[in-house]
Amino acid sequence: MLAFFLRRILATVPVLVIVALIVFFMLRLAPGDPAAAIVGNSGTADDIALVRASLGLNDALPIQFVRWVGELVQGNLGESFFMKIPVTELISQRIEPTISLAALTLVVAVAVAVPLGVLAAWRHGGWLDRALMGFSVLGFSIPAFVLGYVLIWLFSLHWQLLPVQGYARFENGFIPWIRHLILPSIALSIIYVALIARVTRAAVAEAMTEDYIRTARSKGISEARVLIRHGLANAAVPIVTVIGIGVALLIGGVVVTETVFAIPGLGQLTVEAVLSRDFPLIQGIILFFSVIYVFINLLVDLSYLVLDPRIRY
Amino acid sequence: MKTKLLRLTALVALTGAAALAHAQDAEKVLRMVPQADLKVLDPIWTTAFVTRDHGYMIYDTLFGVDEQGKVKPQMVDTYSADADGLNWTLTLREGLRFHDGQPVTAEDVIQSLKRWGQRDNLGQKMFAALETIDASDAKTIKLQFKQPFGMVLEALAKPSSNPPFILPKKVAETPAGEQIADTTGSGPYIFKADEFRPGEKVVYTKNQQYVPRAETPSGTTGGKHVYVDRVEWLIIKDAQTQANALVNGEIDMVSWVPAGQYAALKANPQIELLAPVPKGMYAMHLNHHVPPFNNPKIAQAAILTLNQEALMRAQMINQDLYNPCTSIYPCGSAYDSGNTAYFTGKPQFEKAKQLLKEAGYDGTPVVLMNPSDFTLLNKFPPVLAQLLKQGGFNVDMQSLDWPSLVARRAKKDLPKDGGWNIFITGWGASDTMNPLYFAPMTGNGEKGWFGWAVDDKLEQLKSEFLATMDEAKRKDLAQQIQTQVFETGLYGPLGESQNYSAVRKGVVSGLVNAPISVFWNIKKHN
Repeated sequence: MLAFFLRRILATVPVLVIVALIVFFMLRLAPGDPAAAIVGNSGTADDIALVRASLGLNDALPIQFVRWVGELVQGNLGESFFMKIPVTELISQRIEPTISLAALTLVVAVAVAVPLGVLAAWRHGGWLDRALMGFSVLGFSIPAFVLGYVLIWLFSLHWQLLPVQGYARFENGFIPWIRHLILPSIALSIIYVALIARVTRAAVAEAMTEDYIRTARSKGISEARVLIRHGLANAAVPIVTVIGIGVALLIGGVVVTETVFAIPGLGQLTVEAVLSRDFPLIQGIILFFSVIYVFINLLVDLSYLVLDPRIRY
Repeated sequence: MKTKLLRLTALVALTGAAALAHAQDAEKVLRMVPQADLKVLDPIWTTAFVTRDHGYMIYDTLFGVDEQGKVKPQMVDTYSADADGLNWTLTLREGLRFHDGQPVTAEDVIQSLKRWGQRDNLGQKMFAALETIDASDAKTIKLQFKQPFGMVLEALAKPSSNPPFILPKKVAETPAGEQIADTTGSGPYIFKADEFRPGEKVVYTKNQQYVPRAETPSGTTGGKHVYVDRVEWLIIKDAQTQANALVNGEIDMVSWVPAGQYAALKANPQIELLAPVPKGMYAMHLNHHVPPFNNPKIAQAAILTLNQEALMRAQMINQDLYNPCTSIYPCGSAYDSGNTAYFTGKPQFEKAKQLLKEAGYDGTPVVLMNPSDFTLLNKFPPVLAQLLKQGGFNVDMQSLDWPSLVARRAKKDLPKDGGWNIFITGWGASDTMNPLYFAPMTGNGEKGWFGWAVDDKLEQLKSEFLATMDEAKRKDLAQQIQTQVFETGLYGPLGESQNYSAVRKGVVSGLVNAPISVFWNIKKHN
């Protein structure tokens, strides 16, 4: 177990090296020049040249790469070209809103989707199953931004129950924090509810056909216990896998929701960095996301050990 | 006993809550969405409008322009020039202090102007004409010119990027190619560096030490009174969310209302639309460095295809938001003139075709760059492409994002090698009100603005404009410059647009009419 854990940690190193190489050179080869974006509309070619020199962009690419990696191994992700603020500080400013939104979305999605999926599997082929699967198709089909605007219109503008936009940090109190997150997390969770509910339904339905279910029923165990203790428990591995994928997608995929609800999270930071060609910031964010993804995958793999004793690493 | 204790506790809690609520109410906070997200804090390092607006919050200028465009003293108390305009003396007014409490001195002014003079186009011209700039005492600056420079006041009052803001000497000593790291200024607001969260929030507090001038605020001049304790710039990217937040009372003001939200906000009785900033202008910029627009006849042909009404309608959606304007200066401004040679703002396709024939246009496609991600500009190019085709051009409209466009426009290669022929961008009245303020007004080839036109006559006219202080002569030269712009086909005006600010009706008042967005004098009533 420990050996597996260490092996996986070590395996992240080549992943991060490859990511670093790709992101660095792809950014430099893509169209766009941060210096041109910095000088603005009235700037001239001379201004661009001056700013390029001050940012070190005139140096050969290998020199720039070595400089960046040199800082990286010291734990320094560099400084934003535009804001002159350390990349680590910019990322840390944006982690809380994104993590909060992703966590609440996940809680909502799992709390709604797993019972729905189990119910659908229990009444496999019945009207409840069809209704729930119809709902899941709807969930897949409605874009988060459309649902977001509808929710804002209803709950914020019409009933004036919740704020339209923004994010209140947790340190300023739980109530403002949760009030700002309710609508975005609902808007964002719909697609995950649909995804997790479908996977849960399929996995539980399959488990319910196994011999041990028939054995459990023949022992006179209640149907609810059979469903949860034996059906759901044995379907846990694919469900956890899809939740893990959902978490990874959530961390990087919240950008639309963050934009609609003006939540200053990592998704918006990524888009801003890309649109302004802020190379150090883009590089830092992508490396950060890579670490997050590797870590989530590791957690999912470790969870298999708990959920299925037959699995050994 | 227990009941009494509970009552007492409840009373104390309520009183405390009421006191806290009162304290919160007592602090007036103006929450607004600025023109764009503030990223760069140095108004000399960039020419971005939002950084300029940030500059006006925390810095002050020696002179300013009022809402009519007239230059008036701001940090300066008295000033004088000798008869030939070669020697100037400026004296700072009393009470000027930086946010750290240090007095503003002539040395601070000189160092700030030197840094500005290395980057700003007009600043460079002023310093090229300058023999010496010295401090004769802590409050007096003396400028001695080696040649006539008639635009001293206009340069020092330049309203838009880059305005000559005054920084502390130690900050202004930062090389012009590097961004400053200290935001200490002497303006009416103080930047809260500890609360700065790029992409989320920019916070300013009232500068209690600031001594406003006695005059009524107008433009970037007059008394810069601050009636709120705190201004928060909230970064809300989505236009619909901006409007929703305003209607819901979560913000008090949207500085630039997107065209798509105009009709809905206008119809909302809770919202008031104001136009404190004069109309801006859009222009078609041509690359004169490479064929075919290195031939003035072909450049003229492109300008002849322009249909201002069609272009502006497509981009601005609502007729309240634009008007055709054939002058290169803001319509109704001091240098506005209807004498625009062949240019009428209406398409003249047959004339364009005739010119193309005379010039021997070989049908090589002209590359029109379309910034497809930039909602303020991306509806122009498809219309322009069609107009150019009707005028006889082969057009290759290439879509790219705005950062790619601004990088590509700096390339002098042929379009087939990654260069370009045409792009469109917008300008404020503060840029176009004076030919020497306008960055694209260059005819000095590769040293000039993107497009790199070679036009010796234009440069000569600009030099004459720079040298004179005679307003009648300036007006005549401004007219000649306009004629020359159309003669060489430097660029084509597409029309004027009005940007509105939206405020909560009855809650926000006092916006100052100015060539750029300024946020002093604003009152919040609640």
